[in-house]
Amino acid sequence: MSPVPSHRAGVLPLTASGTTREVSREVAAFVLVLGSLIAVGIAARGMLAPIGSMPLAISLSPAALPGYTLRTIARMLAALCASLLFTLTYATWAAKSRRAERVLIPVLDVLQSVPVLGYLSFTAAFFVALAPRRALGAELAAIFAIFTSQAWNMAFSFYQALKTIPADLDEASRSVRQSAWQRFWRLEVPFAMPGLVWNTMMSMSGGWFFVVAAEAISVGSMQIALPGVGSYVAAAIAAHDLTAVGYAIAAMTVAILLYDRLLFRPIVAWADKFRVEQTAASESPRSRVLEILERSRLIGLIGEPLKRTLARVACARVTFPSAARGVTSWLAPPEWLAGALWYVLIAAGGGFAVWELVLHGSATFSRDDLTAVGVNGAITLLRVIVLTVLASLIWVPIGVAVGLRPRWTAFAQPLAQFLAAFPANLLFPFAVFFILRFHLKPAIWLSGLMILGTQWYILFNVIAGASAYPTDLKEAAASLRLRPGRWWREAMLPGIFPYYVTGAITAAGGAWNASIVSEAVSWGATKVSGGGLGAYIAERTLAGDFPRIALGVATMSLTVTSLNVLLWQPLYRFAERRTRLG
Amino acid sequence: MTTDTSAKPVVPCPLIDLRKVCMAFPRATGTPLAVLSDIDLAVREGEILGLLGRSGSGKSTLLRIAAGLMKPSRGEVIYRGAPLAGPTEGIAMVFQTFALYPWLTVLQNVELGLDALTLPREQMRRRATAAIDLIGLDGFESAYPRELSGGMRQRVGFARALVSDPVLLLMDEPFSALDVLTAETLRTDFIDLWTGGQLATRGVLLVTHNIEEAVLMCDRILVLASGPGRIAAEIAIPLPHPRNRLDGAFRAIVDDIYSTLTARVTEAIGAARGLHGGRVQALPKVSISRMLGFLDQLDSTVFGGEGELAAIARRLALSTGELLPLAVALHLLELAELREGGIKLTAAGRVLAGADLEQRKRLFREHLLRFVPLAAHIRQVLEERDSHDAPRARFELELQDHLTRREAEQTLETLITWGRYAEAFEYDDRKRTFALESAS
Repeated sequence: MSPVPSHRAGVLPLTASGTTREVSREVAAFVLVLGSLIAVGIAARGMLAPIGSMPLAISLSPAALPGYTLRTIARMLAALCASLLFTLTYATWAAKSRRAERVLIPVLDVLQSVPVLGYLSFTAAFFVALAPRRALGAELAAIFAIFTSQAWNMAFSFYQALKTIPADLDEASRSVRQSAWQRFWRLEVPFAMPGLVWNTMMSMSGGWFFVVAAEAISVGSMQIALPGVGSYVAAAIAAHDLTAVGYAIAAMTVAILLYDRLLFRPIVAWADKFRVEQTAASESPRSRVLEILERSRLIGLIGEPLKRTLARVACARVTFPSAARGVTSWLAPPEWLAGALWYVLIAAGGGFAVWELVLHGSATFSRDDLTAVGVNGAITLLRVIVLTVLASLIWVPIGVAVGLRPRWTAFAQPLAQFLAAFPANLLFPFAVFFILRFHLKPAIWLSGLMILGTQWYILFNVIAGASAYPTDLKEAAASLRLRPGRWWREAMLPGIFPYYVTGAITAAGGAWNASIVSEAVSWGATKVSGGGLGAYIAERTLAGDFPRIALGVATMSLTVTSLNVLLWQPLYRFAERRTRLG
Repeated sequence: MTTDTSAKPVVPCPLIDLRKVCMAFPRATGTPLAVLSDIDLAVREGEILGLLGRSGSGKSTLLRIAAGLMKPSRGEVIYRGAPLAGPTEGIAMVFQTFALYPWLTVLQNVELGLDALTLPREQMRRRATAAIDLIGLDGFESAYPRELSGGMRQRVGFARALVSDPVLLLMDEPFSALDVLTAETLRTDFIDLWTGGQLATRGVLLVTHNIEEAVLMCDRILVLASGPGRIAAEIAIPLPHPRNRLDGAFRAIVDDIYSTLTARVTEAIGAARGLHGGRVQALPKVSISRMLGFLDQLDSTVFGGEGELAAIARRLALSTGELLPLAVALHLLELAELREGGIKLTAAGRVLAGADLEQRKRLFREHLLRFVPLAAHIRQVLEERDSHDAPRARFELELQDHLTRREAEQTLETLITWGRYAEAFEYDDRKRTFALESAS
């Protein structure tokens, strides 16, 4: 038997290229981190500036666009931090307290179906009143709009994860006597991390739509135009400038790609280590940026003390002193009494709200208002249904065809995800331009805009479903020579159904939201309206008619919630039950 | 070659004829990877033909070529006198993973097997029910697969394949996902149907890695050697059904196949050692604890340091697929020697078995670095580099010139486990880099 091989054929010369690579890696890491810090700093300075020092008008020069894009990105980041904070507190509270859970989760359910753009007028008025002299108020309103488009979803994911922590991991944590604080950082947050990261990414992709819409709003006499891509497009619309719209689209494309590469991909790759499955995944997510940061010694040098401090915070035994605990338990009412009190409180609150609504509602709203809202609601409902069906008929066959071919999937899946993230409202001006140019009927042709941005959710979910379709079932279908009708009906469609339902829920939900900006649009001074609940809300907002905005938003929320409860949830449960094998 | 003593008449024309079949898969880098080379195979009328080989020997690929699910890159498949163009009438398949549609009931799953025949509704129902009865599933027609045990699920798989009265039945390790008892019952039931003349099927091609299963069921066995897959031996089994595992003739055949397999294995190892100083030797998927557990068993008084593989497999209730990698691992590390269907611990192997924890590690490390050239190679690269680390990708690429991607990955996974135990090097899975243990 030959001992250690002595020849060195195939051993690469390492020294020269190795060190160059290392240096360039250090530089890349340094530039990445420093660049991000500076960008955040610039954007934040603008946000806190007094109104007076803000540029009065939005410049349509392409040179101004990078700055605007940066501001838009910073808003997204701020909203992301707020959503994360909300998630970690709200969802934890709901998961830990049975009593709180009974209120918090239904509330979250309702909040999820309230159209974000509907109450933008309220929040804008509220936040501007908070900081009247500074841009901060308007900034907060925009950030809040993005926040509401992300936070509910993220909180749900975190809550679900906390509720499904495997009993053995929880018991292990308790048996080594970790405090609640330690368990939270050592077990619960890491366990929830992959799902949370995924949901954050999905919510974020929806967020671009809202940031664009929230940057330029006018409620009655109040006009807000925050420097950003959204207000740039609004200005371009007012100036009939299609070229500028094109610039904005290019800038947004770059922004979304940067976010994906610099923020989410590294986080997804990093969060992969928190997956609980014991078996190694065949394909774990990779990120070049993360690799650069992780391997850089410089970043390690700066990051290490930070990491150690964070670890120390997570490990700290934050507990109530036993004396205090004794007092609180002595003071605390017995379980049944506390429960009863809690319900009385909820009932009282709910009763008061209904009372207010009836009292003020009957005084403010006439029969005509209710009819108008009802008719418009029906129009929009019809649009959402027809468009969801149409989008499904187009994208399900295409999605299946793509998903069954790995080579196409590798190309099409990121594209579909990008298209879903891309704020479709940037494309509206083109559509409006054509509708005006060719005198098309707005009530029909404007409808398409509702699903322009959200149809991609159907596509990429169906692609995901088809590419996850088990190989043995594919082979069985081929070996049994199933005829096309039966292949679709009994082999393929039931297999992708859960994925399709997920996509369709998102697409339909997004369409409701989009109706507010797509049913009534303008080009320069020309206004085009296709009717519907979205147009109703948009027109009331422009008029600053708060009670009727509220009426419209409430009607929309009610419709969306009912659809969720009556249609989507049963459908989803059915899909899940049917495709489960174990 | 004689077939068995069952009632099926011997007809010279084969049911399916694979001629000079080659299969190669394209690779991202370099030349396509050959999985099968020049396979000649014919299933004759009235026989059960077994395809026996280790995982990765391409036997499942071969079965899929016979099913028309894959096209060979070269060679031809003749079925009923014409080239096979795709899945066709008269050929049915049973899957290792059952491949049942979870959203369809047992009856609906079985009826899918008749879809291509475009029968009237009634006739379809009648035939499906008959197949369900035949395979012993009556009463379960309206059940969903998730409500059934593994054995019952595979019965549905059999019913779905048999319902169309196929001339040729292809079976892809149909019993390997079942527990020992269930598998044995299902095997016996199938053989009863086969020998009882209750099936329209005229021939069976069975893929398996279980030697005893092959000897129990088949009339003829083709042993497949891997890298690229080719037929290494053909063994006839002229035993009448039902066969008895304890029968002398039965055991002689099993031992004979073990000898053939071990001869192929040691030959392959020898050949790999000649290539690139042995650095591209594929390592089997064997964990440290299993390997040392196996070593301890061999060293125990039961075996006294040596034994016939067939006997060891029976004694330790290991399948061939489980036993061979263990034996190969010990052989590679020169802790044991494989010869003619038997294994014998080397002197070092016996010392290691009796050693304490520290000594074990030291001895293992010595053998790893001496007899697994890839381990020595990695260690050397790490020592030569200033940073004392090296990316995994670099070694994986070297391996991929000679092994499939899966084999290369598997080899590195095994080597990482062994190397960690031996404390020969460290590995960071997140950065995917190797490092010397002194670093960090």
